[in-house]
Amino acid sequence: MLGISAYYHDSAAALIIDGRVVAAAHEERFTRKKHDDSFPANAVRWVLDEYGLKPSDLAAVVFYDKPLLKFERLLEMYHRYAPRGVGSFVAAMPVWIKDKLFIRGHIRKELEKLEGGKLKNLTLLFPEHHLSHAASAFYPSPFDEAAILTVDGVGEWATTVIGHGSGKDISLVAEMRFPHSLGMLYSAFTYYCGFKINSGEYKLMGLAPYGRKGSARVEEFRRKIFDTLIDLKEDGSLLLNMSYFTFATTLRTVDDRKWEALFGIPPRAQESPITESYMDMALAIQEVTDEVMVRLARTAKKLTGSRNLVLAGGVALNCTTNQKIRDAGLFDRVWIQPAAGDAGGALGAALAAEHVYFDGPRRMEKEEFDAMQGAFLGPEYSELDVERMARRFGAVYTRVADEALYKEVAARIACGQVVGWMQGAMEWGPRALGNRSILADPRSPDMQKKLNLKIKYRESFRPFAPSVLEEDAAEYFETAEPSPYMLFVAPVKEDRRTEGAPADAPLSERLNALRSDIPCVTHLDYSARLQTVSKKTNPRYWALINEFKKQTGYGLVVNTSFNVRGEPIVMTPEDAYRCFMNTEMDCVVIGSCIFDKQDQPYWKRQELYGED
Amino acid sequence: MDLLKDLWGFLRERKKFWLLPAIIVLLLVGVLIIAAGSSAVAPLIYTIF
Repeated sequence: MLGISAYYHDSAAALIIDGRVVAAAHEERFTRKKHDDSFPANAVRWVLDEYGLKPSDLAAVVFYDKPLLKFERLLEMYHRYAPRGVGSFVAAMPVWIKDKLFIRGHIRKELEKLEGGKLKNLTLLFPEHHLSHAASAFYPSPFDEAAILTVDGVGEWATTVIGHGSGKDISLVAEMRFPHSLGMLYSAFTYYCGFKINSGEYKLMGLAPYGRKGSARVEEFRRKIFDTLIDLKEDGSLLLNMSYFTFATTLRTVDDRKWEALFGIPPRAQESPITESYMDMALAIQEVTDEVMVRLARTAKKLTGSRNLVLAGGVALNCTTNQKIRDAGLFDRVWIQPAAGDAGGALGAALAAEHVYFDGPRRMEKEEFDAMQGAFLGPEYSELDVERMARRFGAVYTRVADEALYKEVAARIACGQVVGWMQGAMEWGPRALGNRSILADPRSPDMQKKLNLKIKYRESFRPFAPSVLEEDAAEYFETAEPSPYMLFVAPVKEDRRTEGAPADAPLSERLNALRSDIPCVTHLDYSARLQTVSKKTNPRYWALINEFKKQTGYGLVVNTSFNVRGEPIVMTPEDAYRCFMNTEMDCVVIGSCIFDKQDQPYWKRQELYGED
Repeated sequence: MDLLKDLWGFLRERKKFWLLPAIIVLLLVGVLIIAAGSSAVAPLIYTIF
């Protein structure tokens, strides 16, 4: 079963064999074009080649939403708002008439190219967008039975869905419909705070802790959102006040003039300095999102009576909100699909076809494991590939046996070096989980600035996440739950905190103040977006952090994705070496080969980074 | 041809025949827009379009 997501953003392909997720990859990693939305020809070719398959061997090819239902929504929307929306119509229709109405034909043509001939008996299926999300959340989860909550911008009509999964069955029991959407509300604030919709939502989430919790301005923004922008019901459903939003009729998201009159600040220009007003705004919308999601989770609990919850959809990538749901204590366990955004729809679509359409049995993993294999589902490279790359670039490296490798890399991190770490299969989902990561020492007070400005070439406020040994997490963070996919936050333990700057101190003072003995991963509000590393799912990464612990006493490292701003995470040894040579990273480790910057031949730097 | 079959099946399934005149007019207008040479690049606001 092949699942595909494409033509909107974050194209991807996933392969399911006998109900098991065996391979999945994002197209952007192959084409090196961030959020690539084209047909995932490279990802499809890779997942099929990996198992020696051709398109004609597939039981079905499954696209992650229903294009005609989306077209219906568009037509009804234009009809409802006519004559407003003409500009938007003129912009949207050509691409539908040229491409999107013919998705069935496009997919067939692309697959026939891979097949090298006609495909006579191709079964092409189109589950609904939120069914794909729901399936991506439930089937790979470690639960036999769970409540399902999927929340994003919009699929066809639905923007939020509550469902119930039991065994191999999924039923969708309630939905919220376009244009009323929590995802769209969050995106509207993403735009207003000067970030790009579809990619800047992480930045808005990262900016929120810089707002002053409980301050008059945050409270005022919150009140205005609740009183004017949305009508939030007790069950978590909401109505947007569409006189403030223009996404249904124009190509813009909000009415800037009305928003400025409401909030008293203009939309922030992209790349302009970020003032405290926007930080407070980011915090206000974060708190509103938390409130809405906790209410939705409560409704999911009420409707299903389940003790487990699974989440997917773009909003489920908001780690702060996820933690609020966990903290609300409504469910015993919460599990989130690591590729919760649209790319994950490829996986969900294939799983939905397997279990809903073909009635295939669901095989459960052992209680403690989900079916994602640590999300290491992407391409993997051999030592020979690394040698070939080294020959091509004239790169100089030392091959080191495992134990010595962990010792040397841990020592380098401990003395302040920034290390690229590429091992095994590439991660599925937007987070680097220790196979395509840049690692550093979390104890270093100036590491955050160094990583942002000299390695990642991005805004200096952007926070970093720790990878901590699963068994040691409670030593550093107030948490008892695992967070293998970096989708939850946890407060740094009280006894590790230092006083920091007073809450009313200027921002620069607050930023530069030491907040704990692991300052690089401690956010202004003392939270951290942690990843717990299990010896069972990633033994090499675990061994490295364990060695770092032996040398320093600290069982955690800074983990940021192996890329620079605007570039997709590296996939091949070539990508890794190129990224390494174009930044001020000190060394890169690919498999068992260490490349030290000082040993490398002259390299003419290219600006890899672009807009994200 | 596949598209027309799909569209007809879809209107029957959803019982939304009232959309038929709109679809015909919109498709015609859409064809004109393409003929007039507008670029076929989707506006990037989430998956709205």
